[in-house]
Amino acid sequence: MLFFDMMRDPAILVLCSIALAGCSGLPGLVLRDGTLGQRLASVAALTSSLLALPSLLYLLIGGGEASFLLNWNLPFGPCEVALDPLSLFFLIPIFLIFPAGSLYALGYWPAASHSSQRSVTFFYGLLACAMALVVVSRNGALFVMAWEIMALSGYFLLVAEHREGEVRGAGTVYLVASHLGGAALLVLFASLFMITGSFGFPAAGSLAVGAGLAATLFWLVLAGFGSKAGIMPLHLWLPSAHANAPSHVSALLSGVMLKIGIYGILRVISFFTERPLWWGGVLTVAGLGSAVMGICVASAQKDIKRLLAYSSIENLGIISAGIGMFLLGDGTGNQRLAFLGLAGALFHVLNHVIFKPLLFFCAGSVMHATGTRDLDRMGGLARRLPYTAFFTLCGAVAICGLPPFNGFASEMLLYLGFFGEARAGQPFVALGAPVLALVGGVAVISFVKLYGIAFLGEPRTAAAAEAHEATGTMLAPIALLACLALTGGLFPQLFLALVQPAMRVLAPGLARAAVLPIAPVWFALAGVSVICLAAILYLFLKAKTGGSAVSAPTWGCGYLRPSPRIQYTGSSFGAFFSSLSGSLIRTRITVGQVAGLTPAAVRLSYHPEETLLHRVVLPVLNVLGIGCAFVRRLQHGEVQIYILYIFVTLMLLLLWVH
Amino acid sequence: MIDTIFHVVLVLAMPPLLLGVIGKTKAAFAGRVGAPFLQPYYDMGRLMKKGIVLSDSTTWIFRAGPVVTLAATLFAALLVPLGKHPAPISFEGDMILFAYLFALGRFFTTTAALDTASSFEGMGAAREVSFSCLAEPTLFFALITLTRLSGTMSLTPMLQHVTLPVWMGTGASLILLLAGLFVVLLAENCRIPFDDPNTHLELTMIHEVMVLDHSGPYFCCVLYGAALKLYLLGALFVNIALPFASGNAYLDWVVFAAGMLLLAVAIGVVESVMARLRLIRVPQLLVAALILTAFSLVLVVR
Repeated sequence: MLFFDMMRDPAILVLCSIALAGCSGLPGLVLRDGTLGQRLASVAALTSSLLALPSLLYLLIGGGEASFLLNWNLPFGPCEVALDPLSLFFLIPIFLIFPAGSLYALGYWPAASHSSQRSVTFFYGLLACAMALVVVSRNGALFVMAWEIMALSGYFLLVAEHREGEVRGAGTVYLVASHLGGAALLVLFASLFMITGSFGFPAAGSLAVGAGLAATLFWLVLAGFGSKAGIMPLHLWLPSAHANAPSHVSALLSGVMLKIGIYGILRVISFFTERPLWWGGVLTVAGLGSAVMGICVASAQKDIKRLLAYSSIENLGIISAGIGMFLLGDGTGNQRLAFLGLAGALFHVLNHVIFKPLLFFCAGSVMHATGTRDLDRMGGLARRLPYTAFFTLCGAVAICGLPPFNGFASEMLLYLGFFGEARAGQPFVALGAPVLALVGGVAVISFVKLYGIAFLGEPRTAAAAEAHEATGTMLAPIALLACLALTGGLFPQLFLALVQPAMRVLAPGLARAAVLPIAPVWFALAGVSVICLAAILYLFLKAKTGGSAVSAPTWGCGYLRPSPRIQYTGSSFGAFFSSLSGSLIRTRITVGQVAGLTPAAVRLSYHPEETLLHRVVLPVLNVLGIGCAFVRRLQHGEVQIYILYIFVTLMLLLLWVH
Repeated sequence: MIDTIFHVVLVLAMPPLLLGVIGKTKAAFAGRVGAPFLQPYYDMGRLMKKGIVLSDSTTWIFRAGPVVTLAATLFAALLVPLGKHPAPISFEGDMILFAYLFALGRFFTTTAALDTASSFEGMGAAREVSFSCLAEPTLFFALITLTRLSGTMSLTPMLQHVTLPVWMGTGASLILLLAGLFVVLLAENCRIPFDDPNTHLELTMIHEVMVLDHSGPYFCCVLYGAALKLYLLGALFVNIALPFASGNAYLDWVVFAAGMLLLAVAIGVVESVMARLRLIRVPQLLVAALILTAFSLVLVVR
């Protein structure tokens, strides 16, 4: 009876779903039949999200809150777990993408062809559970523990194909970056402990600290959470990690884990009674900078998943700029700016959660079909993968922020925020609008390239010519996300209804006082009109030319022996813009020497470089590595001596404390 | 109501005439008689009657390209006011939708170009997207300046705010803004000095090379869409450049139409006296336009 009463409480349902998600991979570890284990995991994932999502939406829209106290015998006091609108909002991505990816993995990463399937399935569930725990925990120590589980399960997922050197390298960079970020978080929560005297989170708007301390805390937040969210220049781990992970893992990492960084920033910001104005300035500038740099580097990529990863940096930059705009508005008492910034940022969070996993799933289907991530080795896939091609097109249009998809609606809010400032006394904030326009323009380069080179034209390799369509379990989540992307673009008020309660946590009163300057009906009207106009024109032209269409080869401009190799490649498509953007995008060109009277075949290849990593960070780290060589002697693999180290450290600490 | 009907009729019927006027102007400069003013209409009518040749490489995207582009441009046509008459659809932030509808069209035109597997069309598509991402911020700078001047964020009140007294007060800024917009107008509509709409097979081309494989009614859609885009961006320009209102509604339509024809003559003159720029100079000119509009903003802010 008690059980049934508990189950009627949506908050408990959510907590149970979190636990269920964490356990979803367990049967797979013990069952001999790997396929059965994976199916059970998917069923568990779907069940957990079917339980959690309605409860989440009910609580979020109904304005419900809940908190639970876990009385643990641990030195950092009782742990609080709570569901407030901000937490509920950030749980939606987890319970949307986790089951979608789990379903997708049935076709993409099946036990039959992947020996690592058991561990991937297990850590996949664990990652979702840890992310949810991060979001619901209200205690610094519990938060950091969940954060570490999240970071480590992310690592184990990412190195699923650890036999490849590139994957191991990406894993190491990820591990270093996430631990540097984690260290910043440890310091952050330790400082909060010093201020409040408890590991429990301070209530929203209750923390009043001096300017110096606030500055320290802000930089710690930026280092700890900003590195997880991939804000430049803390993004170094992100591209290679997303590129080398299995695609459903990339979807979860990029679609959800980056947002946990955003959650962290918002949560800590919510503690403060007064937020200095310069925080907003820093976040806006860093966000817009990340957006421009991220998308410019994306336009030079020829690896389909690296391109998507860099575009995540762009999107997270846009979200940070929105948060910065909110802080600027909040600091100057400009309600309109604050409202549009925060609503735009949170709306864009939801949008990126929809279209980025959609694109990663599609990229996974393409890789599954062709066996390569290199755009220059694809082509003509639209005929062989018609459904994947269609959904990729939806995702590409959405992520470029074009109507009638959801990306446009959230960027519109940010544009309105920036534009509104043109009328104010400090119009320099309006300069964000042309920057966003530039970002939008370069995004079109990147995604026309991704779509056009991979799916259109003629196949460039035999593998691309024999590609096959993805299975039904892979297509179903993709189709769902594509529908959501269109819904968000036509009816943004549905998404804004989820955003509004979360805003109340950060700025009580704002969500009620400020109103949207644009009636949402215009989005629906514009979107539906363009779609209908296009449909009418299409049918008209089809009726006019249906019988008379003649099929012929593409006009080669007089050239009579065309081959698929003369098509524009991904590298050549981005090369023109790269040549304009100078040293920001470096491409290493390897070309063989032509020698002798009858030279052999020579190959030329382009490799876009991660300029910051290769030119700045790695050289510095190499020097540091030489300097620290003597420390390495401490690590020799003898466990008993390691235990001695621990004992000695403990003794020294005890002596120091007394 | 009558305004809306006038608006729709003008927007649907007038764009090809601009091409005719440009052609006639160029012919006059070259000492030729030139094709009749209505030649673009005849061309499009003939194209509508023709059959089509579809490349073996193409998919439905190839046919969707002109269709979506034209649909987006047609909707954008409802957002821009013509002269002193308000646009049929006007709301806060419509200028962002206006700009993004062109971007939607560009997305589909360039993907359709890549669908043909032709190296020339791929090249055109790459240039198109690269140049337009430099032209886009210029347009937004201009819109910010206008927002600052008018205090509104919708195209109709924003453009109708630019009257003679405003010109007297902030003429310098508006001239800079118009210069920037004119460059964007030429670049976005494949006019000399950025691109030559009359050459169909040269390596320096941008827009024209993307539509090499379109034929028949689909090519008609492409041409009409391009003319409409020229008309809409031209309307934006003329609304700022012609701050006169006669007071009589019908006379205002005539004034606006005359302004558009004058603009077409101006474009024809530019095309006659200039050569096409080298490709690497194009971004420099676009950036110069960007800086001009940025200056116009600085002048308004002070």
